[in-house]
Amino acid sequence: MRLSRDAISSEDKRKLRDISGEQVQSCYQCGKCSAGCAMTGMMDLLPHQVIRLLQLGQVQEALASRTIWLCASCLACSTRCPRGVSLPSVMESLRVTFLRPGGRHLDPVSIPADVLENAPEQALVAGLRKYT
Amino acid sequence: MLRYPYFPGCTLRAKAKGFDASALASARALGVELQELENWQCCGATFPLQADNSFPLVSPGRTLAAARKKGDKLITLCSACYNVLKRTNHVFRTHRDRRDKVNAFIEEEYTGDLEVMHFLEVLRDDVGFEALARKVRISLHDLAVAPYYGCLLLRPPKELRFDDAEAPRIMEDFLLALGCKVIDHPYKIECCGSYVALEAGDLATSASRLVVESARSRGARMIVTSCPLCQYNLDVAQRGTAGANGRGLPVIYFTQLLAMALELPEEVLYFHGHVIPPGPLLRSIEVRGSESIA
Repeated sequence: MRLSRDAISSEDKRKLRDISGEQVQSCYQCGKCSAGCAMTGMMDLLPHQVIRLLQLGQVQEALASRTIWLCASCLACSTRCPRGVSLPSVMESLRVTFLRPGGRHLDPVSIPADVLENAPEQALVAGLRKYT
Repeated sequence: MLRYPYFPGCTLRAKAKGFDASALASARALGVELQELENWQCCGATFPLQADNSFPLVSPGRTLAAARKKGDKLITLCSACYNVLKRTNHVFRTHRDRRDKVNAFIEEEYTGDLEVMHFLEVLRDDVGFEALARKVRISLHDLAVAPYYGCLLLRPPKELRFDDAEAPRIMEDFLLALGCKVIDHPYKIECCGSYVALEAGDLATSASRLVVESARSRGARMIVTSCPLCQYNLDVAQRGTAGANGRGLPVIYFTQLLAMALELPEEVLYFHGHVIPPGPLLRSIEVRGSESIA
């Protein structure tokens, strides 16, 4: 990983801050978010590692991570964060960076038939808003 | 009779009919009339975590403005509706710019002076758990029930102010009023996996199994929730495992248990499509309950 002053104060990073309203520099990497996260089982990066990448301006690496799509926005991390960072908002800013120009993370056709049949409407509306 | 504007939301008129019907019937039996808002729209199911985007607040904003014309409280049942409407209301109260933007779009002048309440709060504050306990007709005293809050009722605590975010009590107090044996368990505020069930079903299943196992290992025979997505995730996570050998925990809405305790007709329960059907367990309680009252 190549670090530079330009990357650390890049335009991409400023955009994420505008979308999320969050200051990733406030994080001091205590790891409490990752310790309490219910969804780490399939994550390629732990939640606090996503923040660390962004602090260092590695926006593309964070965007390429599976982790941003596995955050369930349950807010356990932000409720406990000693630095007042809302990590779910940061995750959302990364997701919408991909989605706003028309990106689609989940093809509705790929949702298994039994899920479409049985999942509550709330799940489908929430999921399609987060993934498409 | 107390009367409040009521927002059912999409799921309570479709997959979670039993949640809606059991709540409306129970409320009536307790002297509360929930009056459905006219022409309501979906709340959006998830609160947008985007500081620069107020479009998703249009629909919940319309609901809040409409409800304010009917009263000073708005009652919700679904945890997601509660979360989205209450958080949107918080934006109206605290972010002048965003409020003005949404108001201009929906042609309203709503200021956020409505109280968004969950039906559990109505039971606690307006009906009162002691009064509720006196109205119970079928004793559930042998039924070991684990409350499950999940995330949407509790977080973010500074905006929702629903209960203690790490050690909530309202569902426990409600279950005690029904005479249940309350099973405390450490996963009661953990995430079930939520909408990730659509993207990575296995991950949601493993998160949900931890919750179910945490309740079961402490002796629970049933889990109650107020979120249709939690109900779904916790129930389907048991497919092919515990359910198969008869050790599954039925997951039902707290209002379904309430309606049973009030001895309301079975039609309001709408138990349907459960992986772990609650019928057998509840019927055994019902029989015992009538015997103990007789």
